[in-house]
Amino acid sequence: MSAARDDILARIRAASPGAPVEVAPGPIPARGKGGPAELRQRFYGGLDAAGVSHATVTGWAEVAGEIERFLRELGASGPIVASDDRMLDPCGLDRVEGLRRGVPDAGDAVSITGTVAGIAETGTLMVRSGPDIANALHFLTDTHVAVVDAARIVGAYEDAFALLREGGAPMPRNVTLITGPSRSSDIERILQIGVHGPRTLHAVVCDAGRAP
Amino acid sequence: MHADSTRFPENVAAARRDATLLGALDRLQRDSRAGRIETVARLPEFETLRDAAKEIRNGALANLAANLERFEENVTANGGKVHWCRDAAEACEAVARICREAGAKTVAKGKSMVSEEIDLNAALLGAGFDVVETDLGEYVLQLRDETPSHIVIPAIHLTKDQFAETFRGAHEELPEDRSLEEARAIVAEARGALRDVFLRADVGITGANFLVAETGSVVIVTNEGNGDLAQSLPGTHIAVTGIEKALGTVEEALTLVRVLARSATGQEISAYTTFATGAKRGDDAAGPANFHVVLVDNGRGDLLAGPKREILRCIRCGACQTVCPVYGAVGGHAYGAVYAGPVGSVLTPALNGLEKSKHLPEASSFCGACEAVCPVRIPLPRLLRMWREDAFQAHLGPTVRRWGLFAWSTLTAWPRAYRIAGAIGGRVLRLMAMGRGRLTRLPFAGKWTGGRDLPVPEGGTFVGQWHGKRGK
Repeated sequence: MSAARDDILARIRAASPGAPVEVAPGPIPARGKGGPAELRQRFYGGLDAAGVSHATVTGWAEVAGEIERFLRELGASGPIVASDDRMLDPCGLDRVEGLRRGVPDAGDAVSITGTVAGIAETGTLMVRSGPDIANALHFLTDTHVAVVDAARIVGAYEDAFALLREGGAPMPRNVTLITGPSRSSDIERILQIGVHGPRTLHAVVCDAGRAP
Repeated sequence: MHADSTRFPENVAAARRDATLLGALDRLQRDSRAGRIETVARLPEFETLRDAAKEIRNGALANLAANLERFEENVTANGGKVHWCRDAAEACEAVARICREAGAKTVAKGKSMVSEEIDLNAALLGAGFDVVETDLGEYVLQLRDETPSHIVIPAIHLTKDQFAETFRGAHEELPEDRSLEEARAIVAEARGALRDVFLRADVGITGANFLVAETGSVVIVTNEGNGDLAQSLPGTHIAVTGIEKALGTVEEALTLVRVLARSATGQEISAYTTFATGAKRGDDAAGPANFHVVLVDNGRGDLLAGPKREILRCIRCGACQTVCPVYGAVGGHAYGAVYAGPVGSVLTPALNGLEKSKHLPEASSFCGACEAVCPVRIPLPRLLRMWREDAFQAHLGPTVRRWGLFAWSTLTAWPRAYRIAGAIGGRVLRLMAMGRGRLTRLPFAGKWTGGRDLPVPEGGTFVGQWHGKRGK
């Protein structure tokens, strides 16, 4: 095995000799930049374009009510599982019927998680795994409700990674940029929503100052 | 891989008689052209981003050894293991060994072209593992024992009815009266069947779009979410990928993300871009306890050392296939190779040997559409031309063409002889046409005239006319 490693690296070194080359990342597109109000508008536009429904509340305590309203309107039934994410602590989720917090299983219909950031350039949500968040929460259920802190709506993907790495935090096992519900055009190029991941993705944006 | 590039001419003839295939290819090229124009227009910086993407990939190839070493260091530091494999056999053995050590029965597979390249499914099935493809298109292909015909739309050659018919044959529990007429119903059927696979799988296998050295991350870009379930639910996650994918930083990967989906499917960004870094951490709520990255060379090191090195910039978006008039006329299977279309015609001779794939570099009109859309600006026509030169040097072409080219190159070295031969040639063709103005058959070019007539040159040679005009 290590013979293979040496062979491969030796061949690469022979083919690409010389000192390391400086590599510059590409430019950030204009749509990934702007003031907070502008970015928020673009974020909402991106969610719309990606097929993500959304609602805005002005206090953390209102999040649970909005989720209940949304699930009623959707006609969703079945077990609801929420992450242990601290961001969800002040959201009053205890009052939501049939909700537990922790790791999802195959029977769960709805999942609720926090997000690292909302990204304006394409209406993208950044989510992560961790001690408080099982990664499957973002993929296993039919309906995924993502709670977004309005103060963490950023312009570009790079800005979201900067938030994630704040204070030198290490990369979590999984970080995903989610743009819209699961989809496929494998059958005759006809767009189908909800192939393996969630069929419905709903963002609840809380505009109430910095989250705990 | 049970395909065969030596049969390209026969495959082309068969493809041209397949009305279903031709309909699918027409739809693909029509839709994607419109879609691409639209999404590209929405990002004014697209051309600048392509330039940056090209430089990022060039830099990644220049720093490849250092990037791979740093990547391995970071994977190891995060509880994962990197396996280095020189060829397909070593890679298949490495994956099988990991599956054995995990005590695996069921393996859930996400989409990976490298796994097609090394024929991983056959190896794992042979070793007794129940391997199931979970990407919708790949799943139906596995049930039909077919190979992908496009890099990002693997089952582009199949119709909705063929999907439905395949599921009817394979899913024993599917009630006979359940309609699979609509695409939605077919998707729901696949979702249900594959849900069980994810839940019982012991190992999840994914590919990788990029590797990030500074973090030790494996990045996958997908739309369905199957790759994410495959790397979240089973206890072991294996990422199988080519050595050329290693980048330096997260930011480099993000620039490539901005050009990838736009080129592949006309999307702004795919639904899921996932960074997987190491194994489940000690206090994580869930996740795979075992994480392995299987790095495959399989001819890439040799490509890196040679004049066709630029092909290694490829990020497998499939845009060159989608836009290629030859691909659009014959489909992916005709190429008899894992990678079809322009990129495949450059890669396949390197992977399988030029002798077995000598027809593929010929399968181009050099129209340049592939280079025009390539997000990392690979000069595909130039690389194809290099293979044609190699084939000529190796005496792999038809003898008639060899003599023809020899005669032509000799004549061009003697302008007087060239002019005389041109004038004689024109006259001979006119005589052969016997006043009809066109030839329906031509010696040594029967295939060419099989599909069209050759108009006979009229009004003397170009040089003759040129002198005539100047004389006035």
